[in-house]
Amino acid sequence: MTEYQPKYVNTVTKYVFVESPEMTPGDLAIRAYEISQGVMIKETCFGLQITGNEDEVNAIVDHLRKFDPAHIFVKDRGFPPGDSRRCRANLGGARPGYFGHEFEISISRFISKGLVELPKRDALAEPKPPEPDGSAKLDAKKLRKIIESVET
Amino acid sequence: MVKVFIYPTTSLILSDLVARFGHTPLSAALQIREHIQTPGLESPPLQITPEDPKKGLKWAAVEVPSGVRGRMSLYGPMLEQAEAAIIIHDADFSFGCMGCARTNELIQFLLRKRGIPVLDLRYPRTEEEGIEFVAAIKKFLNELAGGGA
Repeated sequence: MTEYQPKYVNTVTKYVFVESPEMTPGDLAIRAYEISQGVMIKETCFGLQITGNEDEVNAIVDHLRKFDPAHIFVKDRGFPPGDSRRCRANLGGARPGYFGHEFEISISRFISKGLVELPKRDALAEPKPPEPDGSAKLDAKKLRKIIESVET
Repeated sequence: MVKVFIYPTTSLILSDLVARFGHTPLSAALQIREHIQTPGLESPPLQITPEDPKKGLKWAAVEVPSGVRGRMSLYGPMLEQAEAAIIIHDADFSFGCMGCARTNELIQFLLRKRGIPVLDLRYPRTEEEGIEFVAAIKKFLNELAGGGA
């Protein structure tokens, strides 16, 4: 057991994903560098990871969102970039958590469409969201009917 | 502004939409960040320490596998803070092993037991569903205290 000395204490890390026909992660990185004052910005294949003081990170995120509000998505990250417990440079293969991002980015175009269409929608219209599929388990009442139909 | 528990707790889409519409998403990253930024003893060098399954006893019985209790030490405090929740039911990527599946069931049970507002959804599969998905989340969040951002 070794003593643990954390790095980047009192910082936050945020992912900024961009899935846009008009912006690339490189464009986003340049925009972020223009206003950053000492935060760590890492450009990735999907967007950016920004690590630093919470207020400064939030200010950069708010600034970036304005360039393409419907196609830029932001979430918190627990680990800082390059952490040996998560970075694939040390572990090999995809980073844990990548599969969730890969899946959600594949359907982000539907969310972007929703964000674009939302202001045009009648404010009083009742939304009809996709409802979860029912349980695959056999309903007890249905089972009883099957048993009764076989017995008679 | 209220604290909204999101499930899957790592969801990019839910985390983004909740923050975008003016509330605070409670995601796994916040708890993990707190864990890894706290000095202490670490063995093995991951975000879960041997102490965590003991903390998880508050939400899961001792007979429950340590994997579930360890996860509950992360999610349990967030469940207690949550004032509303959004659940997506067909998130296949959140089922890594039996521990995850059982933890996920326990999370949903505890959320419903608390009696807070819960929105149940599945992921959109078309653009039309995407529009309704976003509209439903916005309406749900606007109806919470401090909503309408």
